[in-house]
Amino acid sequence: MENVLKLRYEVDGDDFTRAGEASAAVKKTLKQMGVPPEAVRKVAIALYEGEINMVIHAQGGVITVEVTPQEIRMELADRGKGIENIELAMQEGYSTAPDEVRSLGFGAGMGLPNMKKCSDEMDIQSTVGVGTIVRMTVQIH
Amino acid sequence: MTPIEMAGKLGFKVVHEGEGASREIAGIYCCDLLSIVMGRAKADDCWITVMANVNTVAVAVLADVACVVLSEGMSLDDTALEKARAQNVCVLKTDRPTFETALAVQKQMEQS
Repeated sequence: MENVLKLRYEVDGDDFTRAGEASAAVKKTLKQMGVPPEAVRKVAIALYEGEINMVIHAQGGVITVEVTPQEIRMELADRGKGIENIELAMQEGYSTAPDEVRSLGFGAGMGLPNMKKCSDEMDIQSTVGVGTIVRMTVQIH
Repeated sequence: MTPIEMAGKLGFKVVHEGEGASREIAGIYCCDLLSIVMGRAKADDCWITVMANVNTVAVAVLADVACVVLSEGMSLDDTALEKARAQNVCVLKTDRPTFETALAVQKQMEQS
């Protein structure tokens, strides 16, 4: 049987002060488990970008993380408005974030590209009006 | 050079010490857009920014920088300071502009 550690976090929508709590908690856990720093950093950044996206665009959602000796699998599921054009959303600099989000230092259109850059595999399933599921895997080398 | 040593030499105010006495600064990074910082700042960098909200602290933790230096006289709000305390992040501040701050840190790094 595969040895898997499962973690689950709920992300509040519209709460920028709490965004980052899930990624910080995962980061701490992975560090304690002795996962190499580079993999920990990639997971933390990918998850934080995901959390911020959930707060900006989707009124929150649920993050689940599975840690195996070989890889870290992340799933970010929300019931937000969905992504109309995933290809466009993946382009650096493309953003639909409102101005108040930009004034906080986000909304540069780097979120999804950063998530892709930090993960070894990434898959986005999105239906407009229903929600989005982002799955990412980071290999532990 | 640790962030606290640097603060002493350059006259930066220590807003919160955090891990500032035990970490070594390995590089300098300047940027205010948090998503860019997250993707490009390196671990152990001295990160100089005017962005002084709670998300700055979260990004500092995730990017694992050695410290945050708030330039241009920017101040952390109470929520951000609370988060810096909770997450043990070293936050310094100075009235100098970002470029001058980076230049001063660079010169200090070359000397130490």
